[in-house]
Amino acid sequence: MKDKVSEIVKKYNKDKSQLVSILQDIQAEYNYLPREALNKLSKKLDIPQSQIYSMATFFRAFSLKPRGKHIINVCLGTACHVRGGELIAESLERQLNVKRGGTTADGKFTLESVNCMGCCATGPVVKIDEEYFGHMTNDKVEPMLKKY
Amino acid sequence: MSETVTLTIDGKKYTAERGRTVLQVATDNGIRIPTLCHNEAIEPYGACRLCVVEVTRGSRTRIVTSCLYPVEEGLIVQTASDRVIRNRKMLLDLLLARCSENEVIKNLAAEYGVTQPSFRQEYWEKNDCIVCGLCVRACEQVVGVSAISLVNRGISKEPAPPFLEKATDCIGCGSCYYVCPTHAIKMEDKNGVRRIHNWKVEFKLKKCSKCGIYWAPEAQLEYIRRKADLPVGFFDICPNCR
Amino acid sequence: MPSKLKSPKALEALQKKLGKVADAGKVSISVCNGTACRPYGSNPVVEAFKTEIEKRGVADKIDFRITGCHGFCERGPVALIQPGNIFYQKIQVDDIPEIVEKTLLNRIVIERLLFKNDSVGNIQAQVDIPFYKKQQRIILGNNVKIDPTSIEDYIAIGGYSALSKSLFELKPEQIIDMVKASGLRGRGGGGFPTGAKWESCRNAHGDIKYVIVNADEGDPGAYANEGLLSGNPHSVLEGLIIGAYAIGAHQGYIYVRNEYPLALKNITIAMQQAEKLGLLGKDILGSGFDFNVRINRGGGAFVCGESTALMASLEGKPGEPRAKYIHTVEKGLWERPSDLNNVETWANIPLIINNGPEWFSAIGSSGNTGTKIFSLTGKVNNTGLVEVPLGIKLRDIIFDIGGGIRDGKKFKAVQTGGPSGGCLPESMLDLPVNFDELTKAGSMMGSGGMIVMDEDNCMVDVARYFLTFLEEESCGKCVPCREGIKRMRQILNDICDGKGQESDIDLLKELGAHLQDSALCALGSSAPNPVLTTINYFHDEYMAHIRDKKCPAGVCKALIHFYIKDNCPGCGLCVKACPTNAITFVEKRKPVILDQSKCIKCRTCYDICKMGAVGIE
Ligand SMILES: Cc1cc2nc3c(=O)[nH]c(=O)nc-3n(C[C@H](O)[C@H](O)[C@H](O)COP(=O)(O)O)c2cc1C
Ligand code: SF4
Ligand code: FES
Ligand code: FES
Ligand code: FES
Repeated sequence: MKDKVSEIVKKYNKDKSQLVSILQDIQAEYNYLPREALNKLSKKLDIPQSQIYSMATFFRAFSLKPRGKHIINVCLGTACHVRGGELIAESLERQLNVKRGGTTADGKFTLESVNCMGCCATGPVVKIDEEYFGHMTNDKVEPMLKKY
Repeated sequence: MSETVTLTIDGKKYTAERGRTVLQVATDNGIRIPTLCHNEAIEPYGACRLCVVEVTRGSRTRIVTSCLYPVEEGLIVQTASDRVIRNRKMLLDLLLARCSENEVIKNLAAEYGVTQPSFRQEYWEKNDCIVCGLCVRACEQVVGVSAISLVNRGISKEPAPPFLEKATDCIGCGSCYYVCPTHAIKMEDKNGVRRIHNWKVEFKLKKCSKCGIYWAPEAQLEYIRRKADLPVGFFDICPNCR
Repeated sequence: MPSKLKSPKALEALQKKLGKVADAGKVSISVCNGTACRPYGSNPVVEAFKTEIEKRGVADKIDFRITGCHGFCERGPVALIQPGNIFYQKIQVDDIPEIVEKTLLNRIVIERLLFKNDSVGNIQAQVDIPFYKKQQRIILGNNVKIDPTSIEDYIAIGGYSALSKSLFELKPEQIIDMVKASGLRGRGGGGFPTGAKWESCRNAHGDIKYVIVNADEGDPGAYANEGLLSGNPHSVLEGLIIGAYAIGAHQGYIYVRNEYPLALKNITIAMQQAEKLGLLGKDILGSGFDFNVRINRGGGAFVCGESTALMASLEGKPGEPRAKYIHTVEKGLWERPSDLNNVETWANIPLIINNGPEWFSAIGSSGNTGTKIFSLTGKVNNTGLVEVPLGIKLRDIIFDIGGGIRDGKKFKAVQTGGPSGGCLPESMLDLPVNFDELTKAGSMMGSGGMIVMDEDNCMVDVARYFLTFLEEESCGKCVPCREGIKRMRQILNDICDGKGQESDIDLLKELGAHLQDSALCALGSSAPNPVLTTINYFHDEYMAHIRDKKCPAGVCKALIHFYIKDNCPGCGLCVKACPTNAITFVEKRKPVILDQSKCIKCRTCYDICKMGAVGIE
């Protein structure tokens, strides 16, 4: 863990202003922001822990809890909302038996909501890892999940 | 550019140094503008919005926060116009709904005739903190420690220690406690121990080796001693006995 | 990759060389692999093309290009074939051998893949398709001509010639004068005149200045900036370098929304290529002008699109806005003069330099010149990215370009400006779309979202939707925004739940006026817009919720229930689909039975029924 954080900090030349990018790289490495990594980062960058925690909780992109193997993003942007995005989100919650932001008991999926992924024309949209699913309806949810 | 400007506040002309804020100039001249998130020792922040005033510059009149707005030549300020009062009332209405049992907020709201929030009672909350950020800013700007910060955003924003656990960097100085306008920070000194409940910390207090009173947290004294490069044992005696 | 270009002549020579290759009379195909085509499977389509071309060994006969968004995302994956301007839509992997064999190698058009129109039949040429007809694609039109990851493609169509002209033929002041004369107004929402902003920043005190691209596109439901940045990143970069030169900045930033991986990737590649060619970095094109750019990813916060919050976040701090009594062109990033412009604003710059300000100001109407890209989404037939001259009527966009409302439903409202904007009703459809008219109507231009709603959308629900969004996205610093939005959302919740009172409307209006006056930044001061416009234009719908406890659009769950109509043939499709087993099968040709106590109003049966036998009331 030590070395990964050091490496990332080095990549950004210890530049404190790049904190968001640094946190993103740490999250990409560990799938979430582990506490030890943040403490380490605080020392490396000489930024108080409190301020790193403040950043990590301000931005929606960061998770302080471990996340599942697959990340499901259900779009709740306006374009998806007017075409029933909320119902798709509820359907996912039912089938996975987790709330938004939660991870399934088997650690397979984390369900997150986003506000627009830039493909509104095909809404409602769900993205699982790197794959996009457009024109979602409730009955497409189950077959979609089965692929994973 | 001259170093002073002339402006009108509530119909009267005043001269003021350039660079000062409307709030400072008003206060200097005995005009009271209510504030909650302001403290002269700390950078203005503009969060509570209670200090709103109406300013006119040329043909444009608008609502601004006086704690941030710099004085300008020819500026016309109204600190208690109908529009100002209307906005302040609504602010206090909103604050009262958030802090429905806080005495400071209740009294301030009552001053403006707001005795009860306009919102359905089931939604009233019982917070004491108004998220003015003074505690966080004092800790960062005055004390130089940053043991706490504002965490989360939107309606969940609050001052808190990292990871919502014990504030490990805290030195127990109590600045946050003294600066909090709504007494939301609970601090007590008892039996030689200081506790700040909000940040989940406790500190041993230093006992004066002469008079025997507990006079300050050891951690704070050690922090000052190091910063000021004072000799070990410098704080064994309290200021009264020195 | 060509070597470093050390003079304008070298760029010109490269351009000539690349241009010739492009004109060689080969058949060319541009296949869209933009973000919106991906849910339709454009990735496998692109791969299949590559395989097919290789398998047949015809790579030297076909100019194959993977591009960004063509605009007509509704019909994705799409492709454009030249010569002939042939537009294929809804391409599937199975179609590819046939496309290569017939159209690319033998110039035979495949009718099946053309756009069909009920009245006219099949339309072959892209320009003749109603979706494209009323558009004026001066910016987006280039997407189809270039592979966004190839700087050669961009240079071949004249890319970076505006930069070269700026650096060698124009003085910074002249550039600013041209931008001023063009009448260009910022495309990020507020519509502030770009030339004037540049001038203030140039004139501001300080040796170090910054130029910044706002690619945060926070409006949830707009992807116009995404389509531009991922489809033609060099155009934005070129505009930025020109602006830096005009303003006197040597450092730039591009702040990209975190949810846009493709845009992020393509702009990163573009920067690396520009650097390699000497179009970015030290001594650009041998002019002596140095300029560097850093890309920053957002962290998923709408408020970071606001200028001061964006700058705070570039400094490594949480995205909290601050009061702008001292403008950011004077004291912005690191307290230094900073010019921030939207992606689309920047992309307009090379066009103005190349074609002249008169050419630009001839497009649109006076005070609102040029074009604007909108992401047309929601309940229209033709969703996608459209670029129109400012001043065009809403009706033209929604009904001519957008092809009207889906499934023969009735138009109800169009939302522009995102969470800061408003919902406009049918009576406003003849409104010319420009900065001033939209603001007058209580909405906003915003960064280009245009979401069309039909009779099945509830306006109270939409207002609540935006406030729920804003409640989460508010930075939480100032009281009016943090507390006010929460209260407004609670009131709207109550109305949607049938617990509203008539006095709620007045309270909402009062809160709205208060936020407009007192909030710290424009997130808070514009937050009431979705509520106030819906109250203003759809008052009856609010009253139906409050007085009659009914949701006329059939959306608000507490006020509706589902029922089975007599025409249900008992096919049983819904019985299987219902997640709570609330529907029971009786027998064939007899309506199924819905148990209200089990129904969770998830709408699955309503959507799945092919007979329209599920009703909502
Ligand atoms: C809450 C909020 C969000 C904003 N989001 C964006 C955005 O996503 N993109 C953008 O270009 N401007 C956004 N703006 C406007 C910017 O503050 C700024 O005015 C704009 O980027 C200036 O560029 P322009 O002059 O080219 O329009 C936002 C403003 C507010 C108040
Ligand atoms: S605890 Fe007190 S000082 Fe700190 S943010 Fe809350 S109200 Fe302000
Ligand atoms: S609103 Fe869902 S992708 Fe844009
Ligand atoms: S005192 Fe000015 S905003 Fe709080
Ligand atoms: S993304 Fe392919 S046409 Fe828009």
